[in-house]
Amino acid sequence: MSESTVKETKTGEFVAEVDTSCARAPVGLLAELTHRCPLQCPYCSNPVDLERANTELSTEDWKRVMREAGQLGILQIHLSGGEPTARRDLEDIVEEAARSGLYTNLITAGVLLKRERLEKLRDLGLDHVQLSIQDVDPENADRIAAYKGGMDKKNDVAKWVKELDMPLTINAPLHRQNIDNLPAIIDYSVKVGAGRLEVAHIQYYAWALKNRAALMPTREAFMKTAEIVNEAKERLKGILVIDFVVPDYYAKYPKPCMGGWGRGIINVTPSGKVLPCHAAESLPGLEFDNVRDRALADIWLNGQAFEKYRGTDWMKEPCRSCPRKEIDFGGCRCQAFALTGDAANTDPACSLSPLHEEWAAKATEESHTTDIPEFIYRRMGAAATAATE
Amino acid sequence: MSEPGTPTRLIVSADSILRLPRHIKLRHDAGRGRWIILAPERVFEPDETSVEVLKLCDGERTVGAISTLLAEQYQAPVDVITADVIEMLQDLADKGVLKS
Repeated sequence: MSESTVKETKTGEFVAEVDTSCARAPVGLLAELTHRCPLQCPYCSNPVDLERANTELSTEDWKRVMREAGQLGILQIHLSGGEPTARRDLEDIVEEAARSGLYTNLITAGVLLKRERLEKLRDLGLDHVQLSIQDVDPENADRIAAYKGGMDKKNDVAKWVKELDMPLTINAPLHRQNIDNLPAIIDYSVKVGAGRLEVAHIQYYAWALKNRAALMPTREAFMKTAEIVNEAKERLKGILVIDFVVPDYYAKYPKPCMGGWGRGIINVTPSGKVLPCHAAESLPGLEFDNVRDRALADIWLNGQAFEKYRGTDWMKEPCRSCPRKEIDFGGCRCQAFALTGDAANTDPACSLSPLHEEWAAKATEESHTTDIPEFIYRRMGAAATAATE
Repeated sequence: MSEPGTPTRLIVSADSILRLPRHIKLRHDAGRGRWIILAPERVFEPDETSVEVLKLCDGERTVGAISTLLAEQYQAPVDVITADVIEMLQDLADKGVLKS
């Protein structure tokens, strides 16, 4: 008997790791069921141009997407938003996803949930709940989300998830306005019985990029969070799994965004557009197919947007000759475009990017500013208003 | 369900009786010709031996009994097998894949 081994692959939105043995079909589908959300977090990962309710896919459309995803060989479905529980047909979608053999993950802020509904969702096949918190200090959490009384509701949801014998992940986005509470966030996760904590430093695209100066922590503060997480991982071994998403501004090499373009993750927007990542619409020159018009498998395999940056042929120097090109895939295309004007450039998060120094210096300067700007909250039309002020 | 109290780490020994919790799914992935374990935001890919061990984690057999069974099957020393099985199961228990 040879020694037994078990390989581990992360499939989450921001922590995806994809290996070549499973590159034929995506492992994860991020289903943004709606962009409606009662919270207004200034670092929301949704695009700045939010899709309106009247453009959303129908129940039947989503059910067909679930069936197609199962047939394509997708393993996990992340039901996200906006706030996915704002869809009154979430039950139908979950039921069809489970029936299609998908592992179902609800990514929720929790504030709209009732215990009865959660129980129903569980009975229909919901496998896992990821609950976001904005902070453990209720007042600060309310201020960050621009939503009153969120913490009480989240406490209830966490309690119900455990009462219903479901696995719970706490997701805590981290930034300069809550970073000092990291130890309390870890304690909170243990207290509510979460098996997993995702401590995710903000990734600066879309809304977060607009609010960067209000959110960016100093390098010293970031380093401290890495220490705290490492200590907690050791101390809480077997009790709490902690996934730590680092701020790429302070990394030496970029993150392998989405596990590589068109390799492991596929994203469907509320109106049915199929994207290689949830921020891909910020890039010029891409054509996005819609699940209303074309089969998911065909889009994944042949869609123009997926082909554009799949693999390594599109790369320029320094990526092209880099030994790490199949490790991090040149980082994030959206960040490369937002900061250099060309999505095929090396992500400035990489220390090999000619723009890295200048860019990191700007982030450092912002992180030390004492004149912290007000948040531009995530709401329909807010970005346009702020831009013209 | 009662209050969870202070959670503690599950330490795997030859006496442990383990099973996969309801939300952990060991299944054959026909499209990719392999076995997988589906877990919250994770996919684990156990090799052939690990799959055999996990199938035997049925909430009734002890880890020791599983190891004895495999040692006979593979005609290998039981202490070597036991150590390997415990190591593999401890690692998975730490990742939330097994419960007692």
